Amino acid sequence: MNTFFFFVLTTITILMLVYFYRVVRGPSVFDRVLGLNGISTKAIVLLVLIGTMFERVDMFVDISTGYALLNLVGALAIAKFLEERGESPK
Amino acid sequence: MIIELPLLILLVVTAGGAIMVKDLISAVFILGSYSFVLALVWALLGAVDVAFVEAVVGAGLATVFFLLTLFGTTEKDTHIRRPPVPWSVILGLPVLGLLLLYGAGDLPAFGDIASAASIYISPEYLENSVEQTRTPNVVTAVLMDYRSFDTFIETIVIFTAGIACALILRKGGS
Repeated sequence: MNTFFFFVLTTITILMLVYFYRVVRGPSVFDRVLGLNGISTKAIVLLVLIGTMFERVDMFVDISTGYALLNLVGALAIAKFLEERGESPK
Repeated sequence: MIIELPLLILLVVTAGGAIMVKDLISAVFILGSYSFVLALVWALLGAVDVAFVEAVVGAGLATVFFLLTLFGTTEKDTHIRRPPVPWSVILGLPVLGLLLLYGAGDLPAFGDIASAASIYISPEYLENSVEQTRTPNVVTAVLMDYRSFDTFIETIVIFTAGIACALILRKGGS
């Protein structure tokens, strides 16, 4: 079972690396925001996975819901500032 | 513990990337992803509350504040022109890292029952906190009763910082 979890953890971490590439190389700010958003969704999945590993899914699901809400609010805040600054996707 | 190894590798990659990258906006977003990975490592170690604070402050608030600062400065300031790194840093930092690793070798293993923290003060809190503070949750008892002044002053610091940020960032301030 531990091997299985390790495999899943590694795979999702590699997926995070793909998003990370977009955060580093993204030509515009929007690519970077989207990349960060993707990383945080992977973080949410990983949190539930860790909760399953500790056999305390009930607690970790609450926390990952909080993460998801925060993620939404953060992305909205960033988008708001970009709008105020007059940045537009090219 | 081998299972957190991929996350630790990603942590090092993001931390290095935030330092190496050329333009400041991407550095801010890389720092945000670094915070998410760090929060996952905290969660993996069982410190879920710390993980939550890391995600809120590191990935949420700090990113927004850094972006605000960048947008408040001129376009010229957002690109870094780095001076060459001096030799003392190139030689000194690996030595410091080795010293830290050497020191970390003496630390007790994670979750060790015989470590100083588990035998000296924790049982006292676990056994007596209900009688002394009438609070069912030990963490709440420690934060709000045994260390209430500490928590109180932390709250003052956070509120002061919030007021200062609101004053600086408010629109049309004269």
